[in-house]
Amino acid sequence: MNFDDTPQEAAFRAKAREWIAANAPKDYEAELSQAPLGRIALKSANIVEIGRAWQQKKFDAGWSCLHWPKEYGGHGASPIMRVIWQQEEGVYVKLTHPFTIGEGMCGPTLMAFGHEADKQRYLPRIASGEEIWCQLFSEPSAGSDVAGLRTRAEPDGDGWIVNGQKIWTSGAHYSDYGLLFARTDPDVPKHKGLTMFFLDMKSPGVEVRPIKQANGMQEFNEVYFTDVRIPDRQRLGAVGDGWNVSLTTLMNERMSIGARLATGFPEIFAFCSDFVTEHGPAIEDRAVRAKLAEWAVKASGLKYTAYRAMSAVSRGERPGPENSIGKLVAGAMVQDIGAFAMDLQGASGVLAGTDAEAAGRFQAMELGAPGMRIAGGTDEILRNIIAERVLGLPGDIRVDKDVPFNRIPTKGR
Amino acid sequence: MNFEFSDDQKQLRDQARRFLAEQCPPKAVRAVLEGAAGYDKALWQGLADMGFLGVAIPEAFGGAGAGHLELCVIAEEMGRALAPVPFSSTVYLAAEALLLAGSDAQKQAWLPKIASGAAIGTLALFEGPGNPSPRAIRLGAANGVLNGVKTPVADGAIADFAIVAARVGSSGRETDIALHLVDLKAGGVAAQTLASVDPSRNQAELTFTDCKAEPLGAANEGWSILTRVLDRAAVLMAFEQVGGADRALEMGRDYALDRVAFGRPIGSFQAVKHILADMYVAATLARSNCYYGAWALSTDAGELPEAAATARISATQAFQHCSKQNIQVHGGMGFTWEFDCHLYYRRSNALALALGSLSYWEDQLIERMRKKNAA
Amino acid sequence: MNFDDTPQEAAFRAEARAWIEANAPKQYQDELAKASLGRFTLAGANVLDVAKAWQKKKADAGWACLHWPKEYGGRGSSPIERVIWQQEEGVFGKLGRMFIIGHGMCGPTMMAYASEEHKRRYLPPLASGEKVWCQLFSEPAGGSDVAGLRTRAERDGDDWIVNGQKIWTSGAHYSDYGILITRTDPTVPKHKGLTMFFLDMKSPGVEIKPIKQANGQSEFNEVYFTDVRIPDSQRLGAVNDGWNVSLTTLMNERMSIGASVATGFPELFDYCNDLVIDGAPAIEDRAVRAKLANWAVKASGLKYTAFRSISALSRGERPGPENSIGKLVAGSMIQEVATYALDLQGAAGVVSDPAHAEVEGKFQAMLLRSPATRVEGGTDEILRNIIAERVLGLPGDIRVDKDVPFNKIPTRGRG
Repeated sequence: MNFDDTPQEAAFRAKAREWIAANAPKDYEAELSQAPLGRIALKSANIVEIGRAWQQKKFDAGWSCLHWPKEYGGHGASPIMRVIWQQEEGVYVKLTHPFTIGEGMCGPTLMAFGHEADKQRYLPRIASGEEIWCQLFSEPSAGSDVAGLRTRAEPDGDGWIVNGQKIWTSGAHYSDYGLLFARTDPDVPKHKGLTMFFLDMKSPGVEVRPIKQANGMQEFNEVYFTDVRIPDRQRLGAVGDGWNVSLTTLMNERMSIGARLATGFPEIFAFCSDFVTEHGPAIEDRAVRAKLAEWAVKASGLKYTAYRAMSAVSRGERPGPENSIGKLVAGAMVQDIGAFAMDLQGASGVLAGTDAEAAGRFQAMELGAPGMRIAGGTDEILRNIIAERVLGLPGDIRVDKDVPFNRIPTKGR
Repeated sequence: MNFEFSDDQKQLRDQARRFLAEQCPPKAVRAVLEGAAGYDKALWQGLADMGFLGVAIPEAFGGAGAGHLELCVIAEEMGRALAPVPFSSTVYLAAEALLLAGSDAQKQAWLPKIASGAAIGTLALFEGPGNPSPRAIRLGAANGVLNGVKTPVADGAIADFAIVAARVGSSGRETDIALHLVDLKAGGVAAQTLASVDPSRNQAELTFTDCKAEPLGAANEGWSILTRVLDRAAVLMAFEQVGGADRALEMGRDYALDRVAFGRPIGSFQAVKHILADMYVAATLARSNCYYGAWALSTDAGELPEAAATARISATQAFQHCSKQNIQVHGGMGFTWEFDCHLYYRRSNALALALGSLSYWEDQLIERMRKKNAA
Repeated sequence: MNFDDTPQEAAFRAEARAWIEANAPKQYQDELAKASLGRFTLAGANVLDVAKAWQKKKADAGWACLHWPKEYGGRGSSPIERVIWQQEEGVFGKLGRMFIIGHGMCGPTMMAYASEEHKRRYLPPLASGEKVWCQLFSEPAGGSDVAGLRTRAERDGDDWIVNGQKIWTSGAHYSDYGILITRTDPTVPKHKGLTMFFLDMKSPGVEIKPIKQANGQSEFNEVYFTDVRIPDSQRLGAVNDGWNVSLTTLMNERMSIGASVATGFPELFDYCNDLVIDGAPAIEDRAVRAKLANWAVKASGLKYTAFRSISALSRGERPGPENSIGKLVAGSMIQEVATYALDLQGAAGVVSDPAHAEVEGKFQAMLLRSPATRVEGGTDEILRNIIAERVLGLPGDIRVDKDVPFNKIPTRGRG
């Protein structure tokens, strides 16, 4: 057992490190490394533009979408090389945020279900950052229960007419294309009447409205579709087979391991090392230490769980659903850490932004953490995934499984 | 045993709840949260007109002359409604300090104005990060003037007067601290509003420069008065927190009954229903501890220091727990600005820190229990 | 708001206090005071004998089963008088442990469903402790899901023949009688084919085997029934109406408020007051204080929640299912408290021998017994369901076996 790279991995790492040292946008390094949870923005520049430039540079040198085939703009790299790249990319990974959905979900789906011509046309531009993609799955009445979606696509000649509403669409406001999940037959059980498409986000009838979040930020959107026309050739997979197509999309999401999750621990440890309370340096207070130790072992556990998954990838295995624990543990932890840091600050803990200690990073954590426990799978859904797919427990009883979609109740009372 | 509010007090609660439902809907809270006013002036006057601001102020000083149990009842309703007004600063802190330590003239000067809504008061205690401690007070009082900075001061930018904890000696003992009464509109004080996690309540930095002040209470008793004021405020604040916790629980329960996923109300899934059961447990324990605090406060019982810390810790935990889990039950919608969940989450985190944070009160509680045990 | 008795309550309290002062078995007071979860012994005496003697003494003076009617051995007291009695009885109340099921569950069920003759015959000796009763509900296949029970009762002339097995029967080994819920019709849905009886535990065919628990003690039993004959006159309620009868039994269980649930907090607080770590009292350690404070407010919250219920009783109201929180909170708390006490002891925390361990191994005994608290009489999960459904009004879980004939319900999760 060791953490060493194989000779081949080591060579790849050295090469990546050297290229990054020579090419990364170092002007933003400090700001990126300090960006707390829920607050990735650059003071002096538009982060999407800086991200695009970095993505293009990587693409030109062959470092983008490493695991994609070369003909689609990738590098044909093994999964472990992708992980090594992410480790080396370090804080600059934060710049790739607008491209992760395209690279991790939309691209692989297109690769599996698109026409060859479309793959040639769209995939390299995803890889180069020239075109940004978003994923249009969640709806107001279909969050955890994705298959409960109601956006309709009705056939019309050689195309489809889409009406409905999506929500929680990350980056819809700067996206060029989107992967759209729609209901094509409401008379059959819910998983059976779905179809997947992709569309130009500039199509007539698409309206994007930002959502103001509880913490005041706007990272997500509502997307409204009014008689939006999509050519049938932009259908991905068979009509009515959208659920299976979506499983491909979501499975690829889970592959993105090694991407570090914010836990808040390094920040709280650094804060307690400097901060002095009426009882002396916080780090010397045994009550503080007891808390820090609990979080330290959780952060460490997550880190080494990720390393174990990486070892699996290194051996050519596919990581399993056990990666679900990452966000489950980190989400609640960030919330606890935010609250504890504020508690340490006493009455001043109520202050925010630059009026607060540590430039308000812990207050931002506390206000952002509830979203982290919900977005991309709620704590409850993640526990179900662990219980069902890792431990093999039976699924919840699905009363709506065999019921025609349009007969499923929509109100609880 | 009659460990319950009386029928009259319950009627007062219903009256306050109806009034606040009408005059303080969530959109009124949002108006302060997103605006620059610092508080809801119309609501503040309405509360005065209802007699709620002076409910525990004696009739001789313009109040209703009811008692602290009645004030607990009102405090709970203020918490439920997230009332965006300087109620805790004015009523739990400034008025209580005046009642405990004010001269007749000082009471006569300010208490009637509090009761009528004409004056907002606050306590200026903290000087940067930290918890209540005589050592942390650097703002000095000499020759009838104050010099120094207090931050954060709840409702500091909208207050008309403040009770200010000031250093008058350097012996290293609690007797170095004296309380002062300052008319904030009389010059010598600069107020600057600060950004906070809950902008529906004002937080400010007050800078005192040769500011005229009169002593409140005996010079060497400042800290002991302050400790008593904080204990009394802790009970009242705990009621406000329990009110908020209960409302967050109700919101979560209602959403779990209405929202359907996988063809069922989400409240029929144990994963969701057990979240709500745990919220109920936290809110119930806190409520019972608050009643204990109310009894101790209203009877001025020797148990007050312990009861106050108990109520305060329990209610802080319950409000924080219920407000955060309410968002969780609501899922993504709970994290939108549009839904009201975050208003409770923000307030719960803000109230947790006022009067000294959770870990401060935890330490206090065990210290107090230990002293009682040793006695 | 106050904790004061009404004049009537105060008079009752004074009378109770005076009688207890004059009659309680004081020689056991210290030992009883020290008894904690998982540790209940009286040196040189049999707990059961001491308990029976105290119960008889109370019955003779009219202090047993206070809220029962006089003709059945009680005193006809109000619920609040019963609570006052419990408060005054104090540590001696711990002696009542083996009668709790008889007095709290079997007695009220008999009172509601037995014939007048049987009530007069069986209830007074139950009240006086001369006869001990147990409750035969749980089965290997019917724990939280009580209605899933499989013990069969089949009609045979004027009698019923019972075959099957019960489990987790508290005190079966010293009980004289038991109330027994059985399946009389397996072809109808599970709640509809149940019937309740009472029986003599000395009946031929009843076999009792103690269960050795995870902590090494044996408080519970398995009870086996082999062709046990019960006269139809000992049936409680109509044939196949046993589920409704059982609800009476279980509802009465929930009425027993005011009985304090052990949290372990007073024990831990005392311990931390005495314990010295690295030359300083544990109670001065800020990490210890933070832990203690969290438990202090929970213990306090439970105490004053009970006081609120008592106030409701005092006003003549019926306490609701909100009392379910007591065991839910206390169960996990006592487990955490015990774990923490061992942690404070460092490596020595592993020693449980009362002669060598800290505070006579009290926390070690507590730790080993505490998992059962979170399971017995309603698991944490069932209690959360009760709170969510009966207090908050959330919908019940989906019951796939509700309308299925009992003998068509699957009995294994897999394979």
